[in-house]
Amino acid sequence: MTLFPIINFLLALVSAPLLLGVINKTKALFAGRRGQPVLQAYSDLWKLLHKGAVYSRTTTWVFRAGPVVGLACVLVAAALTPFGGAPALMGFSGDLLLLVYLFGVMRFFTVLAALDTGSAFEGMGASREVQFSALAEPAFLLGLAAVAHVTGSFSLSTMFPALDATDWSQAGPALLLVAAALFIVFLAENSRIPVDDPDTHLELTMIHEVMVLDHGGPDFAFILYGAALKLWVLGALLSGILLPVRTGFGVIDSAIAWAALVALAAAVGVVESSMARLRLLRVPRLLVGAVLLSGLAFVLLLR
Amino acid sequence: MSPYKDRLLFNGETARLDQVPVTDMTDFRETVLMTTEGGGRLLSLFGVPAANAKTVRLYAVLSAADSGGYALLATDVVDQYPALTPECAQANLFEREIAEQWGVVPEGHPWLKPVRYHRAYRGKTDAWGRRAADPIEPCVTNYFNVEGEEVHEVAVGPVHAGIIEPGHFRFQCNGENVMHLEISLGYQHRGIERALSGGPNARTVHFMETLAGDTTVGHTIAYCQAVESLAGCGVSVRAEEMRGVALELERLANHTGDLGALAGDVGYLPTASFCGRLRGDWLNMTALACGSRFGRGWVRPGGMGVDLDPVRCEEMIERSEKVFRDVKGAVELLWDTPSVMARFEETGTLTPALSESLGLVGLAARACGVRRDVRFEYPSGIFRFFNMPVATWHTGDVFARAYVRWEEVNHSVAFIRERLSSLSEGPARRELGPLAPNAVTVSLVEGWRGEICHTVITDSEGRIAAYKIVDPSFHNWLGLAMALRNQQISDFPLCNKSFNLSYCGHDL
Repeated sequence: MTLFPIINFLLALVSAPLLLGVINKTKALFAGRRGQPVLQAYSDLWKLLHKGAVYSRTTTWVFRAGPVVGLACVLVAAALTPFGGAPALMGFSGDLLLLVYLFGVMRFFTVLAALDTGSAFEGMGASREVQFSALAEPAFLLGLAAVAHVTGSFSLSTMFPALDATDWSQAGPALLLVAAALFIVFLAENSRIPVDDPDTHLELTMIHEVMVLDHGGPDFAFILYGAALKLWVLGALLSGILLPVRTGFGVIDSAIAWAALVALAAAVGVVESSMARLRLLRVPRLLVGAVLLSGLAFVLLLR
Repeated sequence: MSPYKDRLLFNGETARLDQVPVTDMTDFRETVLMTTEGGGRLLSLFGVPAANAKTVRLYAVLSAADSGGYALLATDVVDQYPALTPECAQANLFEREIAEQWGVVPEGHPWLKPVRYHRAYRGKTDAWGRRAADPIEPCVTNYFNVEGEEVHEVAVGPVHAGIIEPGHFRFQCNGENVMHLEISLGYQHRGIERALSGGPNARTVHFMETLAGDTTVGHTIAYCQAVESLAGCGVSVRAEEMRGVALELERLANHTGDLGALAGDVGYLPTASFCGRLRGDWLNMTALACGSRFGRGWVRPGGMGVDLDPVRCEEMIERSEKVFRDVKGAVELLWDTPSVMARFEETGTLTPALSESLGLVGLAARACGVRRDVRFEYPSGIFRFFNMPVATWHTGDVFARAYVRWEEVNHSVAFIRERLSSLSEGPARRELGPLAPNAVTVSLVEGWRGEICHTVITDSEGRIAAYKIVDPSFHNWLGLAMALRNQQISDFPLCNKSFNLSYCGHDL
């Protein structure tokens, strides 16, 4: 049993970029294109790692620290994330707060690095990112708190494995609301449509991508890989709530959780293929909606 | 009483140069202002230096509202004259252009800046007092500046993230809100107008075809119409029908591509990816007809460079039906998707009054509900015999500009089918004789963006003495800048694409 956390962690490290491939493949299918290979993200990372980095003379160490701190944060977050009914690599009571704020630190450094360049675009992107994440964070935190309340535990490693079908029969509506809220947070935090468009090349409309415009080479590889891992972590939490299948066999549970993640990535592809991006002014409304959903779930449980 | 009433000319009609009324500045100004205030338009305004280069003759091509024709008017200026722009916004860019080219200062012009950043063609110093040795750097100039604690400036370009032409954009923003946008172009200036004088020669038509690459057919027809009129060469009905087909195919390709790009800018993938391919299908139809996807080599003075045979006509009709069916499927998704409509509606809105005062042309004007269409207002060629419905929409926003495109796609497909199924008999091309000496002609064509206006003046030996090109983008760039007022800066790419103006058509 003790091997599962390590295997799951390694699985996350290896297969996170694959989710991007699944999303892109789904989008290509909808568009009637063949699309890029599923493993394209790995090739991109390999290519970037073999490049040199260019640093603007106006930047300081903050700019270089951004990608490193970001990747470190998301690695710790991945180690805190339980997967497929097994506990996480590490965990303690209250680690869900740490998880939320690890993403906070990651964002803080990305924003600082963006501001460090002095570019107008990156300033705009930073301001948007901070504004939107200020709304996504409470939704995320309240959602996790609701799950903590359902399972009576305050550590990710015990609350997620404890979730099962009986929780759904008892607190189904609340869990469904949490899942809906977390899906919105999942799309927003991973800069997907309808909040952000990962495919756009237009600096003026971008949110997350514009902040990392000046990063290149290995730094950019760290950022891309960090983003893929973040997708994995948030996806694992979301699918852990939606599909808490417990067969008693760790291998099967892991496989199911993994399949659920792939399905989630495909769902993201479907969302991106079937709707346009929101006008930037409307994004806060969507995120406030997510806060209300998880808030409501929490209130339902307190009843 | 306007002095040109009895000298109204029609699209592609030649007049003797000495018939153009030359008045003093007061009369000139009054006539221009009277016409534009009465809902008329300034189609073109440009300077031609006198033989001794001491004076510059300003020519105005004016069209009174609903007159169906235009009048030419001229006046002589030396170094300065009272600017028209304060009372007639349509003259803004024309007067800046005259100042830059000839060093003639339009006094009282509210925003006198260079247009294309080149040296004056005349005199020791230019309109800004710069000498020949002073460096001129593109777009290095004053910009409108908003000051305040919370105001910030965003500079975009000239190098852009996509594969597009170079242009510089300055936004004055308060947070995400754009207070003012200033657009500065000129990077693509190649000196085409000047290179044309002394012609027409073997190169002339190629200049026309590459003047604005996506409007190859439009500009080439405008040129051909002008020289054919000057040479007194009638074009066969068959050639005129084929020109109509070429022009509408160009419109179809560009409108389809734009509708896809608009979908792409809001992140709506289905339409974006399908229209990208379908644009290629329209281009391939042009290639089937003449061997070039952009219609190069098809339109030639005297007629068409390549004739169509019945087999190819049949295939083009067949293909157009198939492609249109796909375009219909892809584009109608846009109107049925609420998230797309939420982005399109009430974004980048222009009022009809603003459109009229800025003299916007083409689909940007039609999207404000203004019936501005050369095929309707100044029909020439095949459009004298076949009426193209004018597609308009009243909201003036991105949706209107998208929807007018879609309406025009419908009209163009119907037009192409009709023409191809009943091409008249006749020669595809006739010999073009020498051009009339000391003559002037104005040729107008509704390119896919809007009104293309070519004015040609010949010298005493029938060679081109002055050639003035006005691309629709020249009128419409200011419209884009105004549409951005009080919009979100993140909506700029969408607004920009809804106009989709030409940089090289503006820069010449």
